[in-house]
Amino acid sequence: MSDLLDRSAPGTPIAAPSGKGGDRRGRGHDRPSWAATGILLIGALYCLLPVVWVLVASSKSAAELFSTFTFAPSTFLLDNVADLAAYRGGLFWRWMANTALYAGVGALLSTIVSAMAGYGLAKYSFTGKKVVFNTLLAGVLVPAVVLAIPQYLLFAQVGLTNTYWAVLLPSIISPYGIYLARIYAAAAVPDDVVEAARTDGAKELKIFRSIAVPMMAPGLVTVFLFQFVGIWNNYMLPYIMLGDDKLFPLTVGLSGLLNQGASQPAMYTSVITGALLSIIPLIALFLTLQRYWQVDLAAGAVKS
Amino acid sequence: MPTSPSPAPVRRRRAQRGLAGAPWMFLGPAITLFTLFMALPIGYAAYLSLRTVKVSGLGLGSGARTEVWAGLENYGRALADSEFLASVGRVGLYGLVLVPTMIVLALLFALLLDSRGARATGFSRISIFLPYAVPAVISSLLWGFLYLPAVSPFYYVFEQLGWDAPTLLSSRWILFAIANIALWGGVGFNMIVIYTALKAIPTDIYEAARIDGATERMIALRIKVPIVLPSLIMTFVFSMIATLQVFAEPVTLRPLTNTISTTWSPLMKVYRDAFTRDDIYSAAATSIIIAAATFILSFGFLRLVQNRAFNQEK
Repeated sequence: MSDLLDRSAPGTPIAAPSGKGGDRRGRGHDRPSWAATGILLIGALYCLLPVVWVLVASSKSAAELFSTFTFAPSTFLLDNVADLAAYRGGLFWRWMANTALYAGVGALLSTIVSAMAGYGLAKYSFTGKKVVFNTLLAGVLVPAVVLAIPQYLLFAQVGLTNTYWAVLLPSIISPYGIYLARIYAAAAVPDDVVEAARTDGAKELKIFRSIAVPMMAPGLVTVFLFQFVGIWNNYMLPYIMLGDDKLFPLTVGLSGLLNQGASQPAMYTSVITGALLSIIPLIALFLTLQRYWQVDLAAGAVKS
Repeated sequence: MPTSPSPAPVRRRRAQRGLAGAPWMFLGPAITLFTLFMALPIGYAAYLSLRTVKVSGLGLGSGARTEVWAGLENYGRALADSEFLASVGRVGLYGLVLVPTMIVLALLFALLLDSRGARATGFSRISIFLPYAVPAVISSLLWGFLYLPAVSPFYYVFEQLGWDAPTLLSSRWILFAIANIALWGGVGFNMIVIYTALKAIPTDIYEAARIDGATERMIALRIKVPIVLPSLIMTFVFSMIATLQVFAEPVTLRPLTNTISTTWSPLMKVYRDAFTRDDIYSAAATSIIIAAATFILSFGFLRLVQNRAFNQEK
């Protein structure tokens, strides 16, 4: 899956619901299976290989990169980081900050919009609901990349290309996030609770903010993560929209650096060091929020 | 989806009276953004795909180039374009290699994680899922270097063994090289989807089967796989969609090899037509064709989702 779903798109609550969080079903009483464990470890090794490589390679000097054994570490890590940091007055840090802005702010806004829409669809019955939902759901199937060119042309007409808005605004709408939020709202927010609050005279927005959102919270973290990874992964949109390299996210910036490497191979160590520095925060975020990728998809349904 | 009867229709109707505006308040931001950034661009692309520029005379002067209706001419040209057809063929083959491999491996890993004998499952699960956190551009960059003979451990190993190593970035292997990058990035995600579905199966079913003398392998193949079949279909469809859109990997690898043309994948061709050739009309037609193909591929999936996902909603 190239950009998984791009990588972003798939994902799936459908499979998830109705879980019993409990794992470890009687594990430990069984004989260990070396074949099963071995195959899993080979898979793990395959997946870790490039990550280990980038750790080692970013410690090598430009000359060593192409001469010493692949996994032989060296001592130039700090020099490489310093070189990268000095590149065009710290442009790399700017890319990092831009990425945090696009993915962080974009995913946050997207989660808010999705939560509201999902709640509206799950907890009210109104004329036109089916049409609205089906239209939004059809949006799940529209490849974001196919939208990129007409979006560019439309943004150009209002003079917004080559600005932060050009990447941020199209990233906020997420049909998939709305779809997930609807499932969470339906499963985690009981109708009785909403009606009781209404009887007590609470306003609709207040019910949403102080009752529904806390109940939907674990699911909303998942929506946030999906959207964060989706925006951070979307290469084509910023690639098309942005011309000024001060506005680039890391992905577009690094692939530009790689292009320069073709004429000046010394650039390669900067590219590799940059790749390492850009995956560290993401992997850290990923590992700390790891449980939200599975447990909560099921946990949301347990309450239904 | 069918609106299921409310448990207390009367009370509910009364409570919802006077709330007519509320759902629209909640849906307002989403509908506005959807219209501006999805519906409008699609409509605009559809409009452009039916237009073309007519050049009169030598094409000089301000009045010489006028935009006119072209009917389906752009579509006809796109569908007959040998570069487009070649890119579709290439990506079709790429999908045939990638998608089944990815789904089979994801299913295998998920079943093993769920099996009773496997150890160190926490470590394996996290490690295999980890590449999902790495964006396609960066994973292409990492693998791109690992494919270079001077850097790659594979060539080193082959050399020590005295074998001839395949040149991974040559025209013969490039498709597999790119498929490997996508496999690396996607297999863990699909594994988690399937694994989550496996964990949702009540364990009593297995106990009953074990009492009847079923082996773990029989339980996996005859009970687990059929139950998670819907997730398998879904991961399959999503993977197909992603395959059609492959863009970041080949674009990132291009500086490292001369075997990837500017029209390697359909989307690369769209990009080239729009921005290198300034022919936004045929680029729009090609995008619409890709979107239509995606729709057709996903249609079965949509029905599946609708039937399964919203039954619990009251």
